[in-house]
Amino acid sequence: MSSESKRKPARKPKIGVFKFASCDGCQLSLLDAEDELLGVAEAVDIAYFPEASRTMLKGPYDIGLVEGSITTHDDAQRIQEVRRQCKTLITIGACATAGGIQALRNWKDVDQFIRIVYATPQYISTLKLSTPIAEHVPVDFELRGCPINKYQLIELITATLAGRKPNIPSYSVCIECKRKGNVCIAVAGGIACLGPVTQAGCGALCPSYDRGCYGCYGPMETPNTASLTSQLRILGQSDDQISRAFRGFNAWAWQFRKASEECERT
Amino acid sequence: MSGRGGRTIRVDTLARVEGEGALYIKMAGERVAEVKLKIYEPPRLFEAFLRGRHFSEAPDITARICGICPIAYQMSAVHAIERALGIRVDPAVRLLRRLFYCGEWIESHCLHVYMLHAPDFLGYPDVIAMAQDHRAVVEKALRLKKIGNRIMQLLGGREIHPISVAVGGFYKTPTKHQLRDLVDDLEWALEASLATVRWTAGFQFPDFEQDYEFVALRHPDEYPFNEGRLVSNRNLDIDAAEYEDHFVELQVKHSNALHSVVRGRGSYLVGPLARFNLNFDKLPEVARNAAAEAGLRPPVKNLFRSIVVRAVELVFACAEALRVIREYEPPAAPRVEAPNRTGVGQAITEAPRGILYHRYALDEQGLIVTAKIVPPTSQNLRRIEDDLREYAAQLVAWPIEEATWKCEQAVRSYDPCISCATHFLKVVMEREDTRLGTEAC
Repeated sequence: MSSESKRKPARKPKIGVFKFASCDGCQLSLLDAEDELLGVAEAVDIAYFPEASRTMLKGPYDIGLVEGSITTHDDAQRIQEVRRQCKTLITIGACATAGGIQALRNWKDVDQFIRIVYATPQYISTLKLSTPIAEHVPVDFELRGCPINKYQLIELITATLAGRKPNIPSYSVCIECKRKGNVCIAVAGGIACLGPVTQAGCGALCPSYDRGCYGCYGPMETPNTASLTSQLRILGQSDDQISRAFRGFNAWAWQFRKASEECERT
Repeated sequence: MSGRGGRTIRVDTLARVEGEGALYIKMAGERVAEVKLKIYEPPRLFEAFLRGRHFSEAPDITARICGICPIAYQMSAVHAIERALGIRVDPAVRLLRRLFYCGEWIESHCLHVYMLHAPDFLGYPDVIAMAQDHRAVVEKALRLKKIGNRIMQLLGGREIHPISVAVGGFYKTPTKHQLRDLVDDLEWALEASLATVRWTAGFQFPDFEQDYEFVALRHPDEYPFNEGRLVSNRNLDIDAAEYEDHFVELQVKHSNALHSVVRGRGSYLVGPLARFNLNFDKLPEVARNAAAEAGLRPPVKNLFRSIVVRAVELVFACAEALRVIREYEPPAAPRVEAPNRTGVGQAITEAPRGILYHRYALDEQGLIVTAKIVPPTSQNLRRIEDDLREYAAQLVAWPIEEATWKCEQAVRSYDPCISCATHFLKVVMEREDTRLGTEAC
């Protein structure tokens, strides 16, 4: 046994990348990790990644990266099979973790939506809701962002392979602004900003470019959305505007959902 | 296998394309009986939920149609909305938008040439396998791709869904000094792009020429990105506002997909081949010379040579980025005011894969009343099927596995982006199985 294990290198962990309703941007992050890509490919066996390869190996997979939300009956079934095939299942991006921008249908009559886009609506088969993966199957880790941060993705894969907890903070964008030494655009500039309730990860990009955070990393741990809503009203934002701000790429995340619906009720 | 009975080329999951599609070609003897490019990517209904959103949100929302070419969506969105509002941007903003597009073209073309398309020509399943034998080439490709991403990061904070594009300009514009930091990288990138032209020109190309209607923007002074009239080699010459008078989406029974066609004529081709053939004279000398050395003379009618044309466009994008950086003076303000008002505006810009049309109607509060978006891949879909019908007929004597790979390669020549196309495509829900394979019938 031992002589055989010396001759044979250890089996590389198998990774699969699976797409549901999405823009492809989060899985592209893996190909955008130009400095790390070849290193990752040496450490793992990229067994199923149709965007990158014709080779599509069967499961089971050690790690499954899932992009996109569930919007069709077929996909609701397919995610069950993907879960069965993946030892560790990681969802990547706002679609997979919160339903994505396409979850805006969840407040509307989806049949009416389809009539707007399609000439012959009866051919379209879609669910009434766009829902995150965790509403369908157990998920081992949710990586936030629209799009995800590629360095967080590499950290997450590395940590998972090493069996340790990934170093991915759940505090707010405000902390990132403080660290960068940004002057607060909300306090000093009167600009509406979702930074106080949004999870860090982007590097406080929008405030660094003189605009308010639009919440693309979704709610932070325990966000005080009610307090932010009052503050946004003081800055002169109408309830329609505040509702739209929460109803963006993470609209269906329950904390943002609740905040937007409260603005509609007042 | 090509005997009396029919046979079928079938690819259940098309690889190395953006989004989810399947390919099905049925042959009856020497004849191609049926071609279907099936799209099972779910619809995301962007045009519907854009209604009621403020125009200032459209660049960020429509970017999410495609993670591969978000800047194209942002550009078509801001130009259409600026037209609806009747505002003009600062010339420096116009330059920066060209530079932004250069970044996206470099990244996207490099991704396609090296990581999605070249493995077909060299016989590898993917770029990772290709890197085992061509490590230096792949490392160079990754560096080139990263330089495209660097431009987008500088101007937009990040390469996927950048955050700086605003109606009227940018949220924040860079300093001259920041742009000058890109020059060394871009000079290297220009050389690497020239090497890419030489490298791809040495591939073996199937002998397959078609009589295409090429459609692209054309501008009097420059190779097109954001402005120009829409022209074709069949006498089309229109403004973006006339687009819907000349192009129409048809419903196709066999595929349940809407296909865009030129009214009264049929399929057409958008993207690098169309741009190159219609705007060759607007390329900078360095790109024209590279094309000549590679044996490319317009009109290039061989679809498979689009990989070389993409490489020539890489040369253009690097040279153009350097020109913009030389000429750039920061604008007085990052953006001009964009007050709410009613209006309708259309715009066409050149995404890496071809023309992208947006139209918005706005109300007095600046809220979107209706939106229409026609992405490049949906414009190419019918042309892809037409090509496959012709091309598969040439492959009847080939072993089925090789014929299948060749047909996949033909589809990949278009660099199709199915994620883009499906915000309006009919979705075929009949997914037979998830097996990659072929079958005789």
